[in-house]
Amino acid sequence: MTPEKTKEVELQATVLRLLGDIAPEADLTSLNPVLSIRDQLDIDSMDFLNFVIALDKELHIAVPETDYTKIATLDGCVAYCLQRLEHV
Amino acid sequence: MANFVMPKLGADMNMGRLLSWSKNIGDRIERGEIIAEVHTDKADIEIESFISGVIEKYLIEPGEEVPIGTVIAIIRKDGEVTTTNETPVEIAAAPTVAPDLSKRETMTETVRLHISPVAKKLAAELGIDPTQVKGTGPGGRITREDIENAAKTKTEKPAPDRQTGMRQIIAAAMARAKREIPHYYLRTTIDLKRALDWLAQENEKRSVADRLLYGVLLIKAVAMALREVPELNATWENEQVNPKPSINVGIAISLRQGGLIAPALLDADKKSLDELMQKFRDMVQRARAGRSRSSELSDATITITNLGEQGVEEVFGIIYPPQVALVGFGKIVERPWAVNGMLGVRPIITATLSADHRVSDGHRGGLFLSALDRLLQEPENL
Repeated sequence: MTPEKTKEVELQATVLRLLGDIAPEADLTSLNPVLSIRDQLDIDSMDFLNFVIALDKELHIAVPETDYTKIATLDGCVAYCLQRLEHV
Repeated sequence: MANFVMPKLGADMNMGRLLSWSKNIGDRIERGEIIAEVHTDKADIEIESFISGVIEKYLIEPGEEVPIGTVIAIIRKDGEVTTTNETPVEIAAAPTVAPDLSKRETMTETVRLHISPVAKKLAAELGIDPTQVKGTGPGGRITREDIENAAKTKTEKPAPDRQTGMRQIIAAAMARAKREIPHYYLRTTIDLKRALDWLAQENEKRSVADRLLYGVLLIKAVAMALREVPELNATWENEQVNPKPSINVGIAISLRQGGLIAPALLDADKKSLDELMQKFRDMVQRARAGRSRSSELSDATITITNLGEQGVEEVFGIIYPPQVALVGFGKIVERPWAVNGMLGVRPIITATLSADHRVSDGHRGGLFLSALDRLLQEPENL
């Protein structure tokens, strides 16, 4: 695996773990990475805010509200985080 | 001396099972501090003391289930001495019914358990109901291991009886509401552009953890509109209306395992948006973790349900007795909207009011919804 790929896999694991904290009963293995996280996990705006807060705490990425659409799917969220971490 | 009784935490609660005491005998307790944790069919609830003093005596032990109104603890109020012969005053966290002592005896009898003190203590710590645990020790005695195993299964999946219990409670409350309350329903659409623009600007300035949700604006606006139409902030009990001095807004929160619970934001009209947001977040997290507080569950004076998250455009809710009104919000949708003779696209929300016709009329209900609209046009004043 290339270092980029390793980083991506790690990030995906982190994002899934944070989602697991918010929706503990959800089966994350069946999460479709290109569909809306909110719809699939039945999480509301309070849960989503808690997820954004967790991203900030864990990865030090403060996602502005205007970027919420970019982190709406698992793939989108991982790509967004990768990009934000590269441009620190 | 004051008697602390098992509080009634909701219209249809009849029994409560003590999970644990939070203080030791002889400890000081302040009004509002958690005195005990109680298991009901609907949730595990932290009970707050409604008096300051010293814990004199506990009358029931963890694991015991008693009817509401049963004296469960005695608290020595400030300034009293231990040896007083004064007749105890009844205090409670909520309206109560007289304890049925004959029933209490039977109840405590059935829950006398064959359990080691260590296991019993552990059960209380882990929130395990020892009466639901099968003992594997000598003579069926419940051991420490039994409790630990029960705790493991408990965290793996929620107990099905909680689900059934919650369904029954919702069924009873809603059937009673539909049977007894002559509902009337009103609906209006509200332009949220100003509120959402203001919120976006505000959140841009804030750190992630301090961001506000639009739901908090709705809660505050409802609370402030109730000041203008106070008859909607009341309960109907014993064939008469009881106006409520505080505005405690219950928020219907759906639970992940199914069912819902509606804890209240106390004095919502007097709190700033920041305070409300903080309490709201904390309350949702605790409600979903099954850790609501007694005052939140017994003191709501009106309820808000927001089904917008689920994508529906409007909801006409059923009033939660003994309350007399319920406010519903749907999803925010973009719609063509005429302003000053010009057509534009605006974010619109549908607000509904379900109200008890014994207490208010459509005219007053209409005034409430217009006040709500007006308040949401001035978000900076919320």
